Amino acid sequence: MKTRNRTFLVGSAVVFLAGLLFTGVADNEFYFFTSYVVLQAVVMATAWNILGGFTGYVNFGSAGFFAVGAYVSIALNKAFGLPLPFLILAAAVMSGLMGLAAGCLTLRLKGVYFAIATLAMAIVCETIVINWEYVGGASGAYILTPEDSLFFDSYIEMLFMVILSIAIGSAAVARYLSTSRIGQGLAAIRDDEIAAECNGVPTLKLKLISATVMGAMMGAAGAPYPFFVTYVDPASAFNLLIAINAIAMPMIGGTATWLGPIIGGLVVGGAQEIITVTISSEMNLLVVGVMLVGFITLAPKGIVGLFQDYLKKRRTR
Amino acid sequence: MVLELFLNAVVAGILLGGFYAAVALGLSITFGQLDIVNIAHPAFVIVGSYTAYIANENFGIDPILAGVLFAPVFFAAGMLIYRFYYVSFERTEQESIRGLAFFFGIMFIIEVVLIMVYGVDYRLVEAEYIGKTVHLAFFDIPVRMLVPFLMASAMTLAVYLYLSRTFIGRAILAVAQDRLALQLMGADPVKIKQLAMGIAVATAAVAGALLIVIGPVEPSVGRLYIGRVFAIVILGGMGSIGGTFSAALMIGIAESLIATFYGPSWAPAVGFTILLLTLALRPQGLFGRA
Repeated sequence: MKTRNRTFLVGSAVVFLAGLLFTGVADNEFYFFTSYVVLQAVVMATAWNILGGFTGYVNFGSAGFFAVGAYVSIALNKAFGLPLPFLILAAAVMSGLMGLAAGCLTLRLKGVYFAIATLAMAIVCETIVINWEYVGGASGAYILTPEDSLFFDSYIEMLFMVILSIAIGSAAVARYLSTSRIGQGLAAIRDDEIAAECNGVPTLKLKLISATVMGAMMGAAGAPYPFFVTYVDPASAFNLLIAINAIAMPMIGGTATWLGPIIGGLVVGGAQEIITVTISSEMNLLVVGVMLVGFITLAPKGIVGLFQDYLKKRRTR
Repeated sequence: MVLELFLNAVVAGILLGGFYAAVALGLSITFGQLDIVNIAHPAFVIVGSYTAYIANENFGIDPILAGVLFAPVFFAAGMLIYRFYYVSFERTEQESIRGLAFFFGIMFIIEVVLIMVYGVDYRLVEAEYIGKTVHLAFFDIPVRMLVPFLMASAMTLAVYLYLSRTFIGRAILAVAQDRLALQLMGADPVKIKQLAMGIAVATAAVAGALLIVIGPVEPSVGRLYIGRVFAIVILGGMGSIGGTFSAALMIGIAESLIATFYGPSWAPAVGFTILLLTLALRPQGLFGRA
């Protein structure tokens, strides 16, 4: 276990340094915009998987948690002009509380009902934001890009490092949750909640923890988003695409491990960006839908599952 | 004056609610009775709207007539979808969550294909009764609301009678209650469910035609209906046709009142808020057994 932890730490450090090197070497801002979108997808997928993959409670309202993070960031930036790290923290707290509320719903709602309730939560939030004039209401809000971009060449390079840090942090949290005792408890809930409860697994506590972490992570992913796009309206922040991506990526990558959503996020997110540029943006939506349906019906364990099966076959041969 | 406004809002709500019943009817059968979480049902309704639009635009057929004419095609499609669903998920007993994600993906594919073919412009149909208004005492009743209401009520009644009076209809109700017992009676639950799913999707053809008569339609309109129809079905007690109709009227009236007195931008949240409250406080619905 110890050596594995060290491997993970070294791996994270290498990824972080590679990102830094990337900002130093690459000049074309397009690369940073693209990487930002993919990394944001990785964070959303990782967050979704903490509740959806580890415990089996499917969240359809990911866009709601994300957008609440984005709007907390807009409101606090407008009111107090706080710097980005504080905005991310505040957004994580707010969306985390929302996640806690969703976790409380699991007390009474199982399976499908929980999924529909999270969808309802997102729509209620969207309606509130549409009627909230301070952050622009239905017509949206413009955000000025701050002049200050630390020691990076441009603001987008700094945002890229911010989202890369959030992604590495999310991966670390997800990995901790899945490999620790908590992860075993979560897996027990996924397999049979009543049996887990009978065996002394504190199911409610674990469900609340994973729902809160999921919400906080999605909020953190949403906080830098307004500065990335500079214009946010409810229709884009609560976009169903965000919700379907958050579900599709872990399912395509594999929901059983912390690595699955990261692989799914990189593969699907990368494919989406390539298709958007080379074919059309509608086509990229269609591809996600088709890939999701395809993987659910044909390879329910995702890419990681396919790879594990392949390894098993080779070993037995 | 306020009373007049209030009464007009209630009447508008009843008409709207009747139409909601038509949209929720199919889901009441699939979700309420067959345990198939067909979250793509509103997307099927939008497909119904576009078929009515195509028939109206190219051949000048009345949109509602087009909806009825295309219902058999939708029926066949529904049977096919159930076949696929059964083979992929139900037989392996992994239906609920994976099935849900499956229909979520289907919904997305339908929406994107419609956007790719027809764009995001609003489409509308032409018929003689659209645009006229009936004045009755101090009520102003737009005919484009009245016709869908009558049609929806007729369809709900027809489905109700079919389910409660015919042999196959009762078999559908039975499959919801006890699959094994039905099997012991010599009926094939898979065939019965396939038939029921066909009926459910067929209602989407008519509901879609009604939707485009009420107002212009674009591909993502369906999303707004997800919460609304699930709220209606759950509130109506999962699969009870009468309950579904009553719940649809309630939500229609609530939305209409909120839109009249607080502004239309709050109306979409009504269905979802009622849904959240129902799920949190009374998951068996208002008309369900405790």
